[in-house]
Amino acid sequence: MRYSYQRRTCAIARAKMFPKGTKRKFSDSREEPVAGGEDVNQSSLAAVRMLSSYSLQRQSLLDMSLIKLQLCHMLVEPNLCRSVLIANTVRQIQEEMTQDGTWQIMTQALSAANAAAQCSADRLVATEVLCRQTEAAQGEQVPKPFPVVGSEGCPAEEVLEEEEEAAAAEVGMTMSTVSPQAPTSYLPGTFGMDPCWEEEETGEDDDDDDEEEEEDSEECGSGSEGEERERDSLVEDTRTAEQVFGTFEIKNPAPSPDPALEELFSDVDASYYDLDTVLTGMQSVPKMGPYDLLESLSSHGPSPLSSSTSCRSDLNELDHIMEIIVGS
Amino acid sequence: VRHEKGCKTQDSADIISTVEFNHSGELLATGDKGGRVVIFQQELESKNQPQCRGEYNVYSTFQSHEPEFDYLKSLEIEEKINKIRWLPQKNAAQFLLSTNDKTIKLWKISERDKRPEGYNLKEEDGRYRDPTTVTTLRVPVFQPMDLMVEASPRRVFANAHTYHINSISVNSDCETYLSADDLRINLWNLEITDRSFNIVDIKPVNMEELTEVITAAEFHPNQCNTFVYSSSKGTIRLCDMRASALCDQHSKLFEEPEDPSNRSFFSEIISSISDVKFSHSGRYMMTRDYLSVKIWDLNMESRPVETYQVHEYLRSKLCSLYENDCIFDKFECCWNGNDSVVMTGSYNNFFRMFDRGYRQDVTLEASRESSKPRSVLKPRKVCTGGKRKKDEISVDSLDFNKKILHTAWHPQDNIIAVATTNNLYIFQDKL
Repeated sequence: MRYSYQRRTCAIARAKMFPKGTKRKFSDSREEPVAGGEDVNQSSLAAVRMLSSYSLQRQSLLDMSLIKLQLCHMLVEPNLCRSVLIANTVRQIQEEMTQDGTWQIMTQALSAANAAAQCSADRLVATEVLCRQTEAAQGEQVPKPFPVVGSEGCPAEEVLEEEEEAAAAEVGMTMSTVSPQAPTSYLPGTFGMDPCWEEEETGEDDDDDDEEEEEDSEECGSGSEGEERERDSLVEDTRTAEQVFGTFEIKNPAPSPDPALEELFSDVDASYYDLDTVLTGMQSVPKMGPYDLLESLSSHGPSPLSSSTSCRSDLNELDHIMEIIVGS
Repeated sequence: VRHEKGCKTQDSADIISTVEFNHSGELLATGDKGGRVVIFQQELESKNQPQCRGEYNVYSTFQSHEPEFDYLKSLEIEEKINKIRWLPQKNAAQFLLSTNDKTIKLWKISERDKRPEGYNLKEEDGRYRDPTTVTTLRVPVFQPMDLMVEASPRRVFANAHTYHINSISVNSDCETYLSADDLRINLWNLEITDRSFNIVDIKPVNMEELTEVITAAEFHPNQCNTFVYSSSKGTIRLCDMRASALCDQHSKLFEEPEDPSNRSFFSEIISSISDVKFSHSGRYMMTRDYLSVKIWDLNMESRPVETYQVHEYLRSKLCSLYENDCIFDKFECCWNGNDSVVMTGSYNNFFRMFDRGYRQDVTLEASRESSKPRSVLKPRKVCTGGKRKKDEISVDSLDFNKKILHTAWHPQDNIIAVATTNNLYIFQDKL
């Protein structure tokens, strides 16, 4: 109810934002994965919601928050207060999206698309310390899975094209080190979400990659031990918190959602929120200022979205980045 | 509008992380990210410049904390000094507590300006004399020497905090103090380092259910049984230690109902309280959240009695500030000596003062460019929209790297210490 004003204005803005062709394409693709039995009105209504700038903004915020939760400080424990606040924000967004049905529709669409597609993508695994290049990243099983994001791989790419999923792209987040080293490994170094003006971070990013890798393998070992101990020891509580707030795992597409879903996103196959999805979104260069889109999210005013052309060129870049990461 | 004089600037290689005057105001301690403590001492008033109170010069520098490595978690423990609190002076020496994320230390700072000379068995340079050459005995005599300031660690209070310590507060009984981390508050006796009492514990059984953390805590200035702690959800709890050993049940809960018209996804984050300070009188307390400073009457829990907007123009920028993490910046706040003015920092090296009596506020800037020593500070203004007047700064040109998180006010005089990222500014009121 509280966002009804914003939705009305967004609906008006939507008509101007997207030329008919694009909109139809989006709607068409939306209808495919939603298998028969769905009311056409409902799916196009959902499509409308998807297109609304508020939804996209909310999406960006969610993606940004998930990335923030996963970013780690290599050597120092993350700030618990910050993690808790970000996690609460994610919960709020998820609750709202669940209430208006957006969450279920999107995740259904994605899981259906995944199931339909064949994918031999290598496993992309992010342990609780995302930015490390560990053995886990090479395909090892992490003992305690936190499938906040479910299965994902190549198919997401295709789904992305269909959807105006450039929400993440619109955010225009900058990444300081984005250097895919190995196809199956995640990016070492920070994602640059820490403001680039923070003196300690930027200077060290390039220099410490080698050191970080060394410490990664140490950390990996102690990490799995830590998980075993965490039920017992008081000392391990912070690691549990890290797991809760900072562990995401992306596996090969599974026919059904992973049963051990983390409570935070417990009723959802959140494959939509893969790291690689968000990651590729972040790769694209924004056509407008990075903050413009999301500024209005909290100001409850009508917000101009960038033109659809920028969405499309961003999506082409998404393809490219996906290839690099997946290693096809 | 208050006129200030820039009196002294000091360069510090490391980022200043805490600033605190002692109880007389003669000493000013700063802690930095490198674990060092630098103490400044106010010079006695000079006859040449009776208008200007003494300047602050470096009195003592010492390394309080070193970086440590937690082998269990494979994580570093930062040596950054989170807080310094002075003990009331009891004898010639000064004592302060300094803490990093995990360990609190009690430091003794003492002066030495005499030394004994004329030993029987030692030469003046310290070499031992051959006892057979000693033919007469004399009593060593104290001779003046150059002033030496020594800092020595007297107590180390370690291994009591699983999470990061954000606050320490000395009790008015001068025997105990509290230390607070994200989920727990411990009570210590200053003499005893191997034991502490846990007085608040908000850790849920299942960490996945964690939604709220402790952000600050402080003892009441007069009532030794009373303390408050603030949370990331914008609440303040007042606890009475006489009620029970574990103060999980608060005596009072201070919370302002949310303004529904301002609701956004960032509402909770900006309501998170970054600092709580009792007034000197003990009747009020002040809290700082991201956009405002609130004064609470301890007798009224339902809402604050005064609210001051620090930088309301940032409300429309919250998403950007969330993206670059500035929204998580923890600003501190402080009272002046007679509780009539409160002060807090902002961005662009601005800091704000709010006069509670005259209902006036002013924005000032701490930077070398804008204030030469001995010059009067010029009030600044941020232009929020429309036509920008001359001398105004538009919101978009604010430098969010330049943040003033730590400020301190002399306990009696109108002398303030303001810490920018690397520099400490000390301003005095022009008489």
